[in-house]
Amino acid sequence: MAKSLTTNNRSTAPIVRIGVWQWLKSNLFNSAFNSLVTILVCLFLYKIIPPFVEWAFIDSLWFSTADQCRAGHGACWSIIPANIRFIIFGFYPYELHWRPTVAMVILIGLLFYSKNRNHWNRSLGAVWIAGLFIMGVLMRGGFFGLTAVESDQWGGLPLTLMLSVFGMVAAYPLGILLALGRRSKMPAIKTICILYIELIRGVPLISLLFMSAVLFPLFLPTGLTVNKIIRAQAAIILFTAAYIAEVVRGGLQAIPRGQYEAAESLGLTYVQKMRLVVLPQALKIVIPPTVGILISAFKDTSLVVIIALYDILKTTRSVLGNPSWMGFSPEAYIFLALIYFVCCYAMSNYSRRLEGELHS
Amino acid sequence: MSDETLKKSITRSEGNKMIEIIGMHKWFGDLHVLDDIHLTVYKGERIVICGPSGSGKSTLIRCINRLEELQKGKIVVDGTELTDNLKNVEKIREEVGMVFQHFNLFPHLTIIQNLTLGPIWVRKVPKRDAEEMAMVYLKKVHIEDQARKYPGQLSGGQQQRVAIARSLCMKPKIMLFDEPTSALDPEMVKEVLDVMVNLAEEGMTMIVVSHEMGFAKSVAHRVMFMDFGRIVEENTPQEFFNSPQHERTKLFLSQILN
Repeated sequence: MAKSLTTNNRSTAPIVRIGVWQWLKSNLFNSAFNSLVTILVCLFLYKIIPPFVEWAFIDSLWFSTADQCRAGHGACWSIIPANIRFIIFGFYPYELHWRPTVAMVILIGLLFYSKNRNHWNRSLGAVWIAGLFIMGVLMRGGFFGLTAVESDQWGGLPLTLMLSVFGMVAAYPLGILLALGRRSKMPAIKTICILYIELIRGVPLISLLFMSAVLFPLFLPTGLTVNKIIRAQAAIILFTAAYIAEVVRGGLQAIPRGQYEAAESLGLTYVQKMRLVVLPQALKIVIPPTVGILISAFKDTSLVVIIALYDILKTTRSVLGNPSWMGFSPEAYIFLALIYFVCCYAMSNYSRRLEGELHS
Repeated sequence: MSDETLKKSITRSEGNKMIEIIGMHKWFGDLHVLDDIHLTVYKGERIVICGPSGSGKSTLIRCINRLEELQKGKIVVDGTELTDNLKNVEKIREEVGMVFQHFNLFPHLTIIQNLTLGPIWVRKVPKRDAEEMAMVYLKKVHIEDQARKYPGQLSGGQQQRVAIARSLCMKPKIMLFDEPTSALDPEMVKEVLDVMVNLAEEGMTMIVVSHEMGFAKSVAHRVMFMDFGRIVEENTPQEFFNSPQHERTKLFLSQILN
């Protein structure tokens, strides 16, 4: 049992252990001012949290009628289960709700499938196109014995998911192209890209949505109409792409010139150089701001309310307009906020994991 | 290794020209970085270019694979003239390997992926063959056991040897070296120079921008001194180091040799 002298002699970092009291004292009560702030914050929490818990959980009603709710003191969560199908599906025909449900399941399945980096290859595009086609058929109907449902009856969560997922999926590559175009040596392409980016970034999304709803049809030849949802979708894509472009451009600028030169000296063409050498590095750097843009794009889809599309925010508000459920808006909005939060948190969580995986 | 075996004689004939530069000029703004350069490099010839910083030596070799554009004059590489024609440029880049001062390996790819990128995408070699060839070259530069690592996990000397192997995988006819050892820690310079000497022994046509005078003496057919965008002096290594003609060359040599 020869103990190695060398390891014994190495000095290790001293282990510092402090008790709860010590920790409180050094972190929360280490000066008169901090002690005061600590006490005030505790008082504030004491005033807020117990009443909220009482309202939201103890006195609350979960499955009751609106009248029972009005008699009680607590939260009326019953507004959600009682109206859930309208909140989720809007004016989509009641007996056909299974169709958007299946479409959403496919969409979420596709997102989960795409999460795995091993699936990032050519067939992924084909899988998405197939999925998109099936979702379209399910939502729209008119084929395979499915009853046709006009798109002005679409609404709720499927609409929100569709606008945001396709908005992001289409805006990302478009944004990359714009970023490359803005750095192009060809003056015409460069000018077009700069004009596009600056013009789009210079106006609010709402005005773009208005243009797509009101102005755009005026320029179309009579008789030709483009679906309102597609027009809104296009506006969202064009808007998001301009922001993505600027973020990606930042990533491109962070790649040292030597990387471009090494790729060129191997004889790679422009497309190969960008695809194999520059973009994989640049896009990795800009994951955090890109996800920021995607998250805000997801939330911005709620602005389609102003052109009378029934996304999930609008369907929720319609329920609140129903006289019997009037007045229970905190409950409805908290539920809505939870849905948005789950989606956004999933996105930011995934991006953090992806960054970690790509960091090696 | 004797000087005799290394310095295989080369034929300086019209049909043996690899690079021909005629009356090349280049300006960066008002700065005349290359001033009337004439240079012919024959097959198997090895040239070392030295000179103070800013003398245009890097720019000169970067013009040969058009990382820099010349503004006047003409460059012909292996029978193909460098013009604005992109196809020509890409063809020449396939034939000309380049090693950079800062290695410029692709940090997001493993060593073996760095080596196979060019062959797979430019030469259209099947992946398996490209990997086999890559391993041969990695053996040649003595780092076959690092093939699955990323560049960031290697030392500077190892990275530069990978960079040389990466260029060799394209089976170039000409190799350009842009100060290949000047970013290295002193103890790593030799391992890189050894690889370059091996390459010389195999008869590769090489242009090396370097201040490694020992390397120049033992390997080069010709040594050139550049200053203010001009080739001030060129000679055999023996003549160049023993009896430099120009004052500027003498001063420079006395500064770097002492």
